[in-house]
Amino acid sequence: MKCQHCEKPATFHITELTDPSGPVIVHLCEEHARVYLSQDNAGSPTNALAGMLAKQLKLEQTAESLAKLDKKTCPHCGISFAEFRQAGRLGCPYDYVFFQSDLEPLLLNIHGAKLHRGKQPSRKSGSPDRQHQMIQLRREMQASIQKEDYEQAGKLRDSIKKLEQENEAELPVDAPQIASQDLPQDSPPGAESA
Amino acid sequence: MKLEELTEKCGEWLRGSGPQSDIVISSRIRLARNLAAFPFVRRTGDEERASISKLVRKKIEAVEQWENVLYLEVDRLDEVDRQFLVERQLMSRELADGDGARGVAIDLNEQFSVMVNEEDHLRIQVMRSGLDVQSAWDTINQIDDLLEKKLTYAFHDTLGYLTACPTNVGTGLRVSVMLHLPALVITREIEKVFRSLQKINVAVRGLYGEGSQFMGDFYQVSNQITLGRTEQELVSSVNEVVPRIIEYERRAREFLLNESEQDLHDDVSRAFGILCTAKKISSEETLHYLSKVRMGVNLGLIKNVDMGTINKLFVHTQPAHLQKLRGQQLSVTDRNIERATYLQQHLVPK
Repeated sequence: MKCQHCEKPATFHITELTDPSGPVIVHLCEEHARVYLSQDNAGSPTNALAGMLAKQLKLEQTAESLAKLDKKTCPHCGISFAEFRQAGRLGCPYDYVFFQSDLEPLLLNIHGAKLHRGKQPSRKSGSPDRQHQMIQLRREMQASIQKEDYEQAGKLRDSIKKLEQENEAELPVDAPQIASQDLPQDSPPGAESA
Repeated sequence: MKLEELTEKCGEWLRGSGPQSDIVISSRIRLARNLAAFPFVRRTGDEERASISKLVRKKIEAVEQWENVLYLEVDRLDEVDRQFLVERQLMSRELADGDGARGVAIDLNEQFSVMVNEEDHLRIQVMRSGLDVQSAWDTINQIDDLLEKKLTYAFHDTLGYLTACPTNVGTGLRVSVMLHLPALVITREIEKVFRSLQKINVAVRGLYGEGSQFMGDFYQVSNQITLGRTEQELVSSVNEVVPRIIEYERRAREFLLNESEQDLHDDVSRAFGILCTAKKISSEETLHYLSKVRMGVNLGLIKNVDMGTINKLFVHTQPAHLQKLRGQQLSVTDRNIERATYLQQHLVPK
């Protein structure tokens, strides 16, 4: 048998048990096996995350409930849980609300915590409903453009504009600003090139 | 064009004069922020990406005192300019290689930049020379406050700032300190040191140069978690662990000087000799020898070369920098010749 990445004979046969859809077997030559295994150890954040998530879900869910969860889809951005599991990235801010209970074990696993204790925005973001609505309208507009239904896309664009203006109206007028040259500096600008 | 102003200069984070700068190259902090009214970047279409870039650009340019900040539309830059900004660490490789409308606002003093439409809508970063994490945090916190007054960020009462990847949620904060640890590499103690650090929630990564060849001796230490701690706690956790690594590196350097000064002196001098005399040299080879020379300068084994020059050479000998400095596109072979010439101009005593 040949290595999956080159013409050399495969001398390493690695079985991965972390994929929720079942064991995955890879066949590699010595050189590619070393690369593969070292990548695994270093773990790119996405792979590490996807692996962690898969492991967690496998432990806690039956195949049936996992399949059901995979189909769950955010009403605003349209991402399914399966798509999230695959990419390791969420679709929109509302996903954190929509998938909250599904994400909680993952957050605990990554951070060892599920409550934010850091900085709070100086003001609350107006009305969350309006923000979610805008995400949904944008998705619908995108779909209309793809279907070449420009009349509908135009209407949606107007609705978005209106919401944007309402949003803008809630932003405070300019507060005192900091300038880049006010930032702490150890030496005068230009000194570094001396 | 203002971007050209940066070419001859040298990033603030490379000055080589910050605290502990014989071992710590730079400290940086980034904050991940997203706009509440848009899907995360991966889920956006062309039109949405363009709206985000336009909106953020408008707000950044409206900051009156930020006249030293330049907004660049990354999708309109040519390949060399993009690579140049990556080498300068003003933006990430991901942003350079991304799709659709995206941008980066850069402070021409190179103390901060704001990436737009990378993995998150906004990635704010502040850079400092040496170990200076606390002041980096104070500055980025101010910048964040300022932008927050102009933009509606996605924020959740119990989860904090919402990010595309759950590994960044909460504070969205990543503190990274770049360390030069050649003596720990030579004495083969580096793994032992890092294994002992794994228990305390910091991640260590080797850095990669051109063509993802391992760029020896440079390591980045950063916080692993972003949720459940305050920003100050995260900053402090990195700030506390780095001096321990510095201490190990210093001890390893001392050990090498005591046990085998002649070998070490020979090794760094040969490296210096090659950099001063080669007629063509690849970027991997350059990094390899510059790393040795850097330690030689720090230990007083190589004289009459200052740290700022060495730090600058690490960046200015990279492909896009050479081409920008020369003002034309160069093939790999021509770059190798240009690189050798550039090194000699800066290293050979006049």
